[in-house]
Amino acid sequence: MGWIGEQIDSVKSMQFRQLLTQAISLGMIVTSALIIWKGLMCITGSESPVVVVLSGSMEPGFKRGDILFLHMSKDPIRAGEIVVFNVDGREIPIVHRVIKVHEREDSGEVDVLTKGDNNFGDDRLLYAEGQMWLQRHHIMGRAVGFLPYVGWVTIIMTEQPIIKYILIGALGLLVITSKE
Amino acid sequence: MHSFGYRANALLTFAITILAVMCAIASISDNFNTPSPTSQVQVLNINWFRNKADGDDEVSMTMNISADLQSLFTWNTKQVFVFLAAEYETPQNSLNQVSLWDGIIPAKEHARFYIHTTNKYRFVDQGSNLRERDFNMTLHWHVMPKTGKMFADKIVMTGFRLPRSYR
Repeated sequence: MGWIGEQIDSVKSMQFRQLLTQAISLGMIVTSALIIWKGLMCITGSESPVVVVLSGSMEPGFKRGDILFLHMSKDPIRAGEIVVFNVDGREIPIVHRVIKVHEREDSGEVDVLTKGDNNFGDDRLLYAEGQMWLQRHHIMGRAVGFLPYVGWVTIIMTEQPIIKYILIGALGLLVITSKE
Repeated sequence: MHSFGYRANALLTFAITILAVMCAIASISDNFNTPSPTSQVQVLNINWFRNKADGDDEVSMTMNISADLQSLFTWNTKQVFVFLAAEYETPQNSLNQVSLWDGIIPAKEHARFYIHTTNKYRFVDQGSNLRERDFNMTLHWHVMPKTGKMFADKIVMTGFRLPRSYR
């Protein structure tokens, strides 16, 4: 009870200037995180430079909860590369390996077929209705590196959004009640 | 300054930084490995070779694939994904790569192998350009680390040719 009384006193005793300073510091932290994210998007050339592996279709190489670093260059897409692509109509990107490549002589355009290492069949079942191949514009990036387990934070926050709210609430409380 | 909160925060930040540095060093250590893999592929038999109803050629073959990929493994290697692709050129397409077989090598002990198999994935062309077509058999591998950068490379084996007519 005394602790709560202390907290309420500290909230009441804050001056307006102090509050403003704290709000600006918080804003600085958020915007620098945003700058780093956008900077990564520029460096790697990909819309989402980091993705979390959501399914077990690439096991035992990539397990659910690993994060992948992506890079997209102008180099042509070749068999064996692990690519991240979006299928029209699905918002969740899929991370699978390219198993077939047919590159046109005249236009340089490429038809690509992918398959998850741990899946029995290729990805034609996942593509849009009537689609037999992926083209370059479907592909968001190539996986070049990976870190295990770090993506579980994102998975937990997406599947149990209550945890996200608790975290943000606690962070907000910490900012308001800290005396710096 | 010495409250539990501050100490826990400092400890956690330090732990995460050290972990990140260790992962980076583990990945960098992979660059010191100079691999010297070898492989050999023989096509034993063309089982059948036909033109499908939709106009594309398809061929089925039985092969012997042998390789020694032990030098690719380092202490930071989780697995090596290996696949064999047939690569060829047609008048319509400047490059075609069709994966015929793939496998996962989980440990160094299994990296020297010899298998006798038909193609796991269908060898289908875009069109009917496969008769008497020269093609390369390329063994590709993808070293997937425990943390960090992935490496991929290949060995190209030339000198294969498909039959002149359908069977």
